[in-house]
Amino acid sequence: MNDATLVRKNLFRKRLRAVLLMISILIAFLIYGMLGAMQNAFSMGTEGAAQDRLVTVNRINFTVALPYAYWGRIQQVEGVRTVAPASWFGGYYQEPQNFVQSFAVDPESYIEAYPELVFQEDQRLAFIEGRTCAAVGQALATQYGWTVGERIPLMSNIWQQQDGSQAWELDICAIFDDADGTYPTNYLMLHYEYFNESLLFGRDSFHWIAITTEDTSQNDRISREIDELFANSPAETSTTTEAAFNAAFMEQFGNIGLILTWVIGAAFATILMIVGTTMVMAVNERTREIAVLKTLGFTAPRIFRMVLWEALLLSFIGGLIGLGLAALAAQGASAALAGFLPSFGLTWTNALTAIAFMVALGLITGILPAWNAMRVRISEALGKV
Amino acid sequence: MNATSPLYELKDLSKRYTRGKETVTIFDALDMTINTGDFIAIMGPSGSGKTTLLNLLGGIDRPSSGEVLFEGQRIDNLSQGKLAKWRAANAGFIFQFYNLMPTLTAAQNVELPLLLTSLSGKARKDRVKTALEIVGMGERARHRPGQLSGGQQQRVAIARAIVADPKVLLADEPTGDLDRTTADEILETLQLLNAEMGKTIIMVTHDPAAASHAKRELHLNKGRFEEKGKA
Repeated sequence: MNDATLVRKNLFRKRLRAVLLMISILIAFLIYGMLGAMQNAFSMGTEGAAQDRLVTVNRINFTVALPYAYWGRIQQVEGVRTVAPASWFGGYYQEPQNFVQSFAVDPESYIEAYPELVFQEDQRLAFIEGRTCAAVGQALATQYGWTVGERIPLMSNIWQQQDGSQAWELDICAIFDDADGTYPTNYLMLHYEYFNESLLFGRDSFHWIAITTEDTSQNDRISREIDELFANSPAETSTTTEAAFNAAFMEQFGNIGLILTWVIGAAFATILMIVGTTMVMAVNERTREIAVLKTLGFTAPRIFRMVLWEALLLSFIGGLIGLGLAALAAQGASAALAGFLPSFGLTWTNALTAIAFMVALGLITGILPAWNAMRVRISEALGKV
Repeated sequence: MNATSPLYELKDLSKRYTRGKETVTIFDALDMTINTGDFIAIMGPSGSGKTTLLNLLGGIDRPSSGEVLFEGQRIDNLSQGKLAKWRAANAGFIFQFYNLMPTLTAAQNVELPLLLTSLSGKARKDRVKTALEIVGMGERARHRPGQLSGGQQQRVAIARAIVADPKVLLADEPTGDLDRTTADEILETLQLLNAEMGKTIIMVTHDPAAASHAKRELHLNKGRFEEKGKA
């Protein structure tokens, strides 16, 4: 037996209470883990976005199309190197719930504008040259088990072909990856020309245009000039960096970071109060036993440490189980959410932050009862004069 | 120290409490010597200060004035930390309501004072076994307090008090919660510890029958001691 035995025995002296406290801590860390995984998924788009790449969209919002002619006109602006237009396809595979993030792009310019996409050379050429070709991101290909050479029907929940069909037959000509793991590969690209020619409505338009420039220090000027070019037209533009565009896109869902901070903060504040109050009560119940330990010769600092360790142990057991469950749940959910949130999962930063929270929770909830225990007066606690 | 050398010397000892605006004197200018090997019963009416005196002897309370000397060294002016170490090394405590840790087994309860020593795990186990056998509780080592009778719990408490081989046992109404037969068994155990192992025992009690097991009876009344002669 040692002090650790006493700490463990005291923690579990009322098992139901200890288990309920651990469950409440577990739930807080489960919430933290799941929301953290979600935040990672939402921040992936902005983290992977390039600061030096520009995006032009309709000034109203990106769902309102830009005319086809803008492609060529933007190319004329001084300093612009690559202009890569894209249209939102809104695809799904076989069933509407099998959402496939998909865009119609001009392959050559798009690949040039996004050098972080890694292609095998023969597949890259095949994608550029094949009118019905599609390039599929590695994550998406893995999700549906697609391989190069396969033909798939991709349905659109927005567009219709001239023959009334909503299905586009696509040949998977390339599977691409990203260079450093920071850019999502959960989407599919199809040929804009193939898509545009078959449309029943909405032809000759784009939803956004990605732009790279010769000199990124000129980006402010170029953005301004592009927007001035289309000022007072029926389709005015808004040109920003890709990072700003993605951040603005995410803000459509509200300020995710702020919402997560508030939810996590509320959960932890509640847990702090519950665990803190219960720890104070639990130690108060043991005042007499603490007095006996002091009588036997246990020093006040030693008693302080034992109570503090008890709170830390409680916090770590509940916290680590909660974090472990969150990691398992995130792993399970990541496959199902791969189409929407490709980076849904916990990172080491999340885990280390959670451990720091566990330490903080243990210290904050343990410090008062430990202080009270340390100050127990033997003669008063043993209750006699 | 030989068997008749002073273990405790109380010099001009006073204890006062403040209750509101009133100052209550428990005892005043008390002088007393307790020798090594003594078995003293301290008696007196409720509120006479018996337990307060025991607390002063045990270093868990401080006098308002005067000195408490243990083996010639003052203990009343030691810091809390030093007093804790002094208690661990020199004093064993026996309480009326046993005060065993309910979550620990009898053996673990007895082992508690040894956690404050540098003894190895095996040496601690051997000592615990011996202490439990001395009080006749060797067979109950794995039982928790809730599984033991009052008398058995008090025996475990005595084992806890002697396991670190202290120089003095301080017992506060050790038989106050026990029936006569069990009380007599406990008192006989204390007599044995005094006679065979040379433990100095200071026992506070209300019970004249319990006090009769001691070598000396001191009656504390109105802040003064009266010693009752023993046959």
